Amino acid sequence: MIQPHGGKLIDRVLKGAALDEAKKRAGTLPAVRLDAESTSDVENIATGVFSPLEGFLSRKDFRSVLDRMRLSNNLAWTIPVVLAVDKKTADGLSIGEDVALLNPAGEIAAILHLTEKYGYDKAETAQKVFGTVDAAHPGVAKIVNMPEVLLAGPIDLIRETPTPYQKYKLSPRETRRLFQEKGWTTVVGFQTRNTPHIGHEYVQKSALTLVDGLFINPVIGKKKKGDYRDEVILSSYEELIRNYYVPERTTMAILMMEMRYAGPREAIFHAVIRKNFGCSHIIIGRDHAGVGSYYAPFAAQEIFADFPDLEITPLFFRSFFYCKKCGSVVSDKICPHGKEHQIQFRGTEIRDLLLRGEYPPAELVRPEVAKIIMDEKNPFNE
Amino acid sequence: MKKEFTAVSLPTSLYREIEDAVRGTADPSVANYIAKVLRESLKKGGSTEEVFSPEDEEKVKDRLKALGYID
Ligand SMILES: [Zn+2]
Repeated sequence: MIQPHGGKLIDRVLKGAALDEAKKRAGTLPAVRLDAESTSDVENIATGVFSPLEGFLSRKDFRSVLDRMRLSNNLAWTIPVVLAVDKKTADGLSIGEDVALLNPAGEIAAILHLTEKYGYDKAETAQKVFGTVDAAHPGVAKIVNMPEVLLAGPIDLIRETPTPYQKYKLSPRETRRLFQEKGWTTVVGFQTRNTPHIGHEYVQKSALTLVDGLFINPVIGKKKKGDYRDEVILSSYEELIRNYYVPERTTMAILMMEMRYAGPREAIFHAVIRKNFGCSHIIIGRDHAGVGSYYAPFAAQEIFADFPDLEITPLFFRSFFYCKKCGSVVSDKICPHGKEHQIQFRGTEIRDLLLRGEYPPAELVRPEVAKIIMDEKNPFNE
Repeated sequence: MKKEFTAVSLPTSLYREIEDAVRGTADPSVANYIAKVLRESLKKGGSTEEVFSPEDEEKVKDRLKALGYID
């Protein structure tokens, strides 16, 4: 099986006596309350999803990620994983001190061993990570509203914050064990934040013909208005898998993480995360992790050329469509017919049909999946 | 502690090929490149599984069983 990023799966989940000690001590420490996204980051660090990170980025690593898309030890890392607090909070904390990190419910989730506090340039950060300073970009908007001081240091997890989808919440250790038990050596990861249409199914099954197993890994967490709600994504995939997939070859788990919409940089980040889950391959489609028209359609594929040392293999898919003449889902790479034979997968059009309670053409969406979405009172994020 | 080094002979043609391959990359040192590739290769040859305690491994397995992922 593929090695985790950096060679070692990070495990900073406290157990046994260390956990008891930390719980007692945490109550006496200065506390910082996290939002849901940072709480997920903490858990992803602790359980090895973000291996080799053991905490929030140091200034040196933050600079290196911005400037070179690598950690200071040269390992590929494209998205800054940072913890921002306001200046007043930061002033109240001393370097070398332990800080209790609270989840949004106010419960102690982790301990941060504070090693550094530093400022950052918002415009530079936005420009480098998202390629734009346009505040209409959701990632840029987040940076604009982010407090001004970043806290760095390793963390130790005290308490996982439960989700409504515990069955699908698997750690990299669990997915690796699961792949091993299934006898899978090669596994292709599929990142999604959408309900599946037949184009997705085509991509997943095409990739699965080359490897032992398929790992569907929806991102659960904060997304933008108009995106499908998490439970709708999961239930529509359950229905699709039940009706159209080979169970021995398919598994699904969630990734509790905020979408950053950083396009190419996020594609590399997504690949690293799937490598940690044990995937040998990852599907990268058109405009992966993009938003609006900020990124060139295939920028998220081209960026992989800069990372020959990534070890996980990207499988690139072009735009696909249904061709009436071919009678199947195809791409411009395999279909010689003209535009007049094509039916496009347009998310917004499919969405409009579903909202009106009309079944999209069976060439585009499985009727079982369409029904799941239509049965929801409100399938989209407000 | 100071690192110690030792010399290894390579065919000159291979050396030149590596030189060409690493030119313009973040670290254009041929020696560093060779050391990195060899370390990776040694790592791959060894055990690819993380070393966790048997109790931890059991816990992972029990959870996967309880959730119905494995029998
Ligand atoms: Zn055709």
